[in-house]
Amino acid sequence: MKRYAIFLGCTIPARQPNYEVSARKTLEKLGVELVDLDNFTCCCPPPIQSINLESAQAVAAYNLCLAEEAGLDIVALCNGCFESLAMANAALKKDKKLKAHINETLAKVGKEFKGTIEVKHFLQVLMDEIGLEKIREKVVKPLSSLKVAPFYGCHSLRPSKLLQLDDPERPTIFENLLDALGAESVEYRDKLKCCGGLLKGISDETALSLARDKLVKTSKAGADCISTLCPFCFVALDIGQLQVKAKFKEVYDMPILHFSELLALALGVDPEELALRSHKVKADKVIEKIA
Amino acid sequence: MPHHTGKAANMAFSEEVTSRHGGETLTSCYQCGTCASSCPVARLDSSFNPREIIKLSLLGEKEEVVSGDAIWQCCSCFNCQERCPQNVEIADLIYALRNIALEAGHSPNIYSDFASALIDEGRIVKISKFVESKRGEYGLPPLKPVGIEDLNKILAATGFTKPEKTEATK
Repeated sequence: MKRYAIFLGCTIPARQPNYEVSARKTLEKLGVELVDLDNFTCCCPPPIQSINLESAQAVAAYNLCLAEEAGLDIVALCNGCFESLAMANAALKKDKKLKAHINETLAKVGKEFKGTIEVKHFLQVLMDEIGLEKIREKVVKPLSSLKVAPFYGCHSLRPSKLLQLDDPERPTIFENLLDALGAESVEYRDKLKCCGGLLKGISDETALSLARDKLVKTSKAGADCISTLCPFCFVALDIGQLQVKAKFKEVYDMPILHFSELLALALGVDPEELALRSHKVKADKVIEKIA
Repeated sequence: MPHHTGKAANMAFSEEVTSRHGGETLTSCYQCGTCASSCPVARLDSSFNPREIIKLSLLGEKEEVVSGDAIWQCCSCFNCQERCPQNVEIADLIYALRNIALEAGHSPNIYSDFASALIDEGRIVKISKFVESKRGEYGLPPLKPVGIEDLNKILAATGFTKPEKTEATK
């Protein structure tokens, strides 16, 4: 059985048990063992990179060292964690000078970055360890009546030079996985455009406009739900609908489900076990369609 | 076109930016505007334009760049960086400009909150005791300890300082 160190980050354990529960249940059901390591910290995403890029990279490297010591690759659920850790990992593996510089800092806490592990997004672990065909075989409740708008978010794909998850302009990994669950992927305009999540608290109006745009275009395309890969995208679009309602008097009633939640439902996990109470826009419509 | 402050000033600020982590690629920009036309924020808010931020930086308009609002409007989506034909690492460049701005005492107040949470909790979003106590109910394992001491040593060694909140918006 393949083992991975699970990297939870901050937002998922603080606010989205629905993501963590569904990710753990599905990976374990599909034969991936998850190990919770001591001492993981914040990954140091863009808000911290904005304060001090070097500190952020060194802290990311520290977390990579913890997984290296355990001899485990990392699976990240959050796009933000995936980006921070995968970017640092790729940059440090590539650039010897940078590695030496960061290792000077890490020596102060008794660590050394060696470059012996991989950082993978939840989707990559599904593809690498299980594969589309095996996933298809394990589906007990096909999502065949469901039209899903896949939303990659930004930091699963970009910067592609370092992340290398998929083609940054025409990705297919998410659509292929939805297809394996029997769902129909809905094409919609500006699919790869940002949710606005990182502008919250800085430029709230722009943030909400970006989220609203996503709701307008997925609704127009006839989606039953939007599927996300990132807790920030989830919040922007889920709680975002309450804010859109308050500000624009528009009601979309568009359920937002993490891909891991759709996967859990397709694999036959009881919806009662999925902490679906965490959703502001209820997922009942989606559950009914699957049942 | 903004007034600029002479060749020496241009060079000094360009060099300051390119010597910073993230800012190395500034001078490769030839102002084609691919960044601005790929930018989801610029589409909504005409006061934001990544090409303009680069131009002002190249012209040495340090004060306008680091004390203005523009650099904080970037949503870090990396569309521009992905598409730049000159391989200017624009999103990283904006981080470098923000790092410089913070050192000069300019930043939206929320960054002070992010820094406090990181230093105190090791996480930028605090996990309440209530939420933590619910984990068992959902069948989730207890949270592991955070390497807060090591984290703070790393922050200190890399010159991380908590940005102060500004009075006006405290």
